Amino acid sequence: MFMELPDKNGHFGEFGGRFVPETLVSPLEELTDAYLKYKDQEDFKEELDQQLEHYAGRPTPLFLAQNLSARLGGKIYLKREDLCHTGAHKINNVLGQLLLAKRMGKKRIIAETGAGQHGVATATGCALLGLPCVVYMGEVDVKRQALNVFRMQLLGAKVVTVKSGSRTLKDAINEALRDWMSSARDTFYCLGSVVGPHPYPTIVRDFQSVIGKEAKGQHFDLEKKEPDYLLACVGGGSNALGLFFPFLDDPEVKIIGVEAAGAASLCLGTPGVLHGARTYVLQTSTGQIKDTHSISAGLDYSAVGPEHANLKDMKRVSYVTASDKDALWGFKILSETEGIIPALESSHAIAHLRKMKLSKDQTVIVCLSGRGDKDVEEARKLV
Amino acid sequence: MSKITDAFKKRKALIPFIVAGDPSLAVTEKLVYQLEEAGADIIELGIPFSDPLADGPVIQAAHARAIKVSLAQVFSLVKKIRKRTAVPIIFMLSDNLIEKYGASKFYDDCKKFGVDGVIVPDLPPEESPADNIYLIAPTTTEERIKRIASASTGFIYLVSVMGITGARRRLSGDLGDLANRVRKFTDKPIAVGFGISNPAQAKEAAKSADGVIVGSALVELIAQKQFTKAIKLVANLRKALDAR
Ligand SMILES: Cc1ncc(COP(=O)(O)O)c(C=O)c1O
Repeated sequence: MFMELPDKNGHFGEFGGRFVPETLVSPLEELTDAYLKYKDQEDFKEELDQQLEHYAGRPTPLFLAQNLSARLGGKIYLKREDLCHTGAHKINNVLGQLLLAKRMGKKRIIAETGAGQHGVATATGCALLGLPCVVYMGEVDVKRQALNVFRMQLLGAKVVTVKSGSRTLKDAINEALRDWMSSARDTFYCLGSVVGPHPYPTIVRDFQSVIGKEAKGQHFDLEKKEPDYLLACVGGGSNALGLFFPFLDDPEVKIIGVEAAGAASLCLGTPGVLHGARTYVLQTSTGQIKDTHSISAGLDYSAVGPEHANLKDMKRVSYVTASDKDALWGFKILSETEGIIPALESSHAIAHLRKMKLSKDQTVIVCLSGRGDKDVEEARKLV
Repeated sequence: MSKITDAFKKRKALIPFIVAGDPSLAVTEKLVYQLEEAGADIIELGIPFSDPLADGPVIQAAHARAIKVSLAQVFSLVKKIRKRTAVPIIFMLSDNLIEKYGASKFYDDCKKFGVDGVIVPDLPPEESPADNIYLIAPTTTEERIKRIASASTGFIYLVSVMGITGARRRLSGDLGDLANRVRKFTDKPIAVGFGISNPAQAKEAAKSADGVIVGSALVELIAQKQFTKAIKLVANLRKALDAR
């Protein structure tokens, strides 16, 4: 039943929808029509599968982290999205959207980025397809993710530093949407998470669901049963929904999303409207959007995908928080026990394992959404 | 809403936009009286929001300057203004402010305090719980023009350019075309906004529309605290609209 959402207007229960300036309504309708037209066409699916396999490096392994399991209990499986080309799950969605852009005849690509992973993935896809690419990034993130800024430039993208508002992901999305308002005729907005107006939350979820589809099969092959738990960090919520979605209608699989404590829209926010969707939003009592503070740029966002808002209200998924300190613990423990340096975003999910107290035969799949190379410099200052 | 429609009856309507509380509520109050005197037919008050999506840098900055001002305070301001003038006032605000305030309380308070119309730029009619003034953009399809024209109350807000608010050197050449496409479906008044910054452009736009909305040019002068110049701009716009 959860897997049948959204309705045709992009509503997940009372969340989602399309709350945008009139200028964007037609481009969003055009995108919806194109997506519905191409998504099930054989040649589209084949081309995407090819790229996912030969370019992005799918399927990614499901790795049994035995040392970590011995330390923390249960059987901890890591879905290794960190091994994807460009170092995070973001490429799954980008390849899908860019194929769509090509089919739609769009000549220019824009994107927003927080940690820089979606920006790097988009710049990468654009280099591959020979499309000009502009990435909007908040000034705060430009500083703390300098390595990714350089990567994007190396890949031929133009990085625009956004100096408005809190100068993080929220403001980068504002600026990308503003660009799109004047450029939609020839420009494709490649949005990086399950946020924004309909149809983005659906498109991104569908392209990321490859994570959960693979993990489901891999876990079953190894364990001959469904996992007891799924665990993922939630910024906008795309790696989480990618893993969760194929399991949503298996009520015996317990699902947990981990937010950054300083940017916990689901745990601490209230319903509101931001970036084109009705969802949980961190806001003041008078409705101003609050700034967020997390060591992980990819989770530093004042709202969250509308489908998560519905999954929370329907109590299908439980959402918890991990502090900066928890995340740094997760960052270190995985590095030390398994020789895998996780992204600070993914470290939030790792950190929650400590609180789960799994019994010996319980299994959990953790989405290791990205690798930590981009964060080493930042973490060195903090660890 | 008939107060709004009436404002279009005697002449081309001039609709200045300012952000309430920029630079203070006391100045906004004075500006409202002076704008009316200078020839404004309707006054559009922006309610400060942290993330005004449809706005360019000039109006974004005005929102930031006034960010401490709440919707409730602007309602009180309108109550005060209503003791002195009945000039039609419309609110332009982001949907999140209404959601947080409570939609039914918001529309009740509009009635109670004398707000004559509401524009919510990020709320298309499909998602809207109430009767608002809706926008039509250059990208709006024929089918939607029909729907929006019939749903919009008071007037139809024609967005003259693809993009966000802000002064443009040149108006879109398709303006007359777009206005005609709308008039096929309605005889409601049409006001043009986004990008009109000087008397010549206002006059040009008024050839195809019943009114013009001027925001960024005015807000820019307010940012520099050039209040006399701001009022003068409105007076000059008035003259341009009245000239044959
Ligand atoms: C590695 C990694 N994980 C997670 C996220 C958060 O995004 P989402 O919640 O959409 O997966 C990001 C975003 O930049 C990221 O780079």
